[in-house]
Amino acid sequence: MAEPVVQISELSKVFRRDSFEVRALDRIDLTVEPGDFLCLMGPSGSGKTTLLNIIAGIDRPTDGALQVLGEDVAEMSEDRLAAWRNVHIGFVFQTFNLIPVLTAYENVELPLLLTKLSGEERKQHVLAVLKLVGLEDRIHHYPRQLSGGQEQRVAIARAMVTDPTLLVADEPTGDLDAHSAEEVLEILSRLNTEFKKTIIMVTHDPRAAKHATVTRHLEKGQLLPPES
Amino acid sequence: MAIPIKYNLRNLRVRWATTLLTASSILLTVLVFVALMALATGLQKSLSTTGQPLNLIIMREGSQSEGTSSVARDSLQVIKYLEGIAKDEKGEPWVSPELLVLINLPRRGQTQGSNVTIRGLGPNSASLRPQFKLLAGRYFRSGLREVIVSRRIAERFQDCALGDRLKFAKGYWTVVGVFDAGGTAYDSEIWADVNDLATDFDRDAYSTVMVRATDAGAVERLKNLIANDRRLHLKPVTEKEYYEGQTRFAAPIKALGLFIAVLMAVGACFAAMNTMYAAVARRTPEIGTLRVLGFSRGSILLSFLIESTLIAVVGGLPGCIVSLLFNGISTGTTNFATFSEVAFNFRVTPGLMLNGLIFAVLMGVLGGFFPAWRAAHENIVSALRSA
Repeated sequence: MAEPVVQISELSKVFRRDSFEVRALDRIDLTVEPGDFLCLMGPSGSGKTTLLNIIAGIDRPTDGALQVLGEDVAEMSEDRLAAWRNVHIGFVFQTFNLIPVLTAYENVELPLLLTKLSGEERKQHVLAVLKLVGLEDRIHHYPRQLSGGQEQRVAIARAMVTDPTLLVADEPTGDLDAHSAEEVLEILSRLNTEFKKTIIMVTHDPRAAKHATVTRHLEKGQLLPPES
Repeated sequence: MAIPIKYNLRNLRVRWATTLLTASSILLTVLVFVALMALATGLQKSLSTTGQPLNLIIMREGSQSEGTSSVARDSLQVIKYLEGIAKDEKGEPWVSPELLVLINLPRRGQTQGSNVTIRGLGPNSASLRPQFKLLAGRYFRSGLREVIVSRRIAERFQDCALGDRLKFAKGYWTVVGVFDAGGTAYDSEIWADVNDLATDFDRDAYSTVMVRATDAGAVERLKNLIANDRRLHLKPVTEKEYYEGQTRFAAPIKALGLFIAVLMAVGACFAAMNTMYAAVARRTPEIGTLRVLGFSRGSILLSFLIESTLIAVVGGLPGCIVSLLFNGISTGTTNFATFSEVAFNFRVTPGLMLNGLIFAVLMGVLGGFFPAWRAAHENIVSALRSA
């Protein structure tokens, strides 16, 4: 059996504000297998985004063990972690987070600038992922010239362009109308089923959860047992 | 690979108003810096280009300048026939007894005056100075109280134009010619016959004697010969050494220029810093995103440093170009060796312009460093939350 993509045990995250301690995550145990489309749900403040950030290597746990793609992410230095993220993790944000002064093409190309690919190879990769999300005719458009749904599709293309093993999406449909949200979820489903990408998605939206293969709920920093 | 430079260029274009405002403060600073350095360079150049390597100025022992020197008339006869002195085209020893006096002349359009050097010259003097060129009128004749005036003095002082009559010493002197001395120190002088001048000022000694040596070897031999002659008590220096020694009077102008430029640079650095802090604050979510995508802290730091440097170049480059407007403008100051007016031109050289640009880049780097450091050390999660 293949090694799990994510293996978490007894993971906690405590934020300290002045003299107060806020336990955002409390002794979480979670395993994500290759090819899973995991949906993390829960009310605001339940710790979903914090857990996602820790898995993706942009935040660190206070306690517990964390292995992502066989690596002890919590122990990596900042620079090594940055390089690791570039190779292994694709990010999709609620607010798209495209660079406004760069075109769709240039936004998607950004992560590839950190690789050793030539300009021509980068071009092939960028055009391929933009075609995959159906935006091959919008490559020279700036984010302000795109609809919300199109922006999010560019963001997915950017997340996919380095061909990462794990795709993490934080409320990817949160800022979209129902139609655009459905389009984005269809793309994520395709990436999971056709391209065998492991996806972890945080959402409030029960409709979004329907596209996932596994759904887990968080409440007050604790991961509830899986629904049978 | 670093964050592409087009990211910075386009951000500068998007916030063009603040970019231009900051750049204009850098432009002004560079302009003042280059202009003041051009002033010092012009003065330095005017003094250091003066002098022929084979010409020797013979002064009294212990004198620091021609104005404080005195050479007895008898000494001229000894000097004339020393071995190593060249002969002029008439076969006469190439020697010129000279007398320097200062007169106070009012500047054009002002009541205030400045000291101007009047140089009394022997018959051979002009030929010892090959830069000399008569621009208008004719050379002075002895016994007629005639003077010729350098173009810069004619432009800057009253009663110095061709045909004017200048009152000094015991009467009126007619301006019969205007000359140019090729940007050398002689461009700040009025020339007259040495004997006419000595008579009017009741001087029975010359100030200096200028001689032309036959060759470079003769220069050294003559220097030793004159310096060691116990009858004379004179000190020979080459004309070039003499004027190069005076270039130290450009140093205070340079120092003042640097001081003013540094003061202005502090202001410009703060302007750049403000602009870059605002840029970092506005682009915090972008910084978070770039870090998430894998860009290191170093590349974020470099990117923002490049951006502030670009602002500095946007200001510095036109600052250097605008400074060219000063090039060649004639001005003057007091030479504290002779206490007389020295006229010279602003000289904006390619080297100065390059220094101006380097100065601008330095302001950009200094002004941008702390904001860039802050950008590079943003916490990723907090940066993303600020979206």
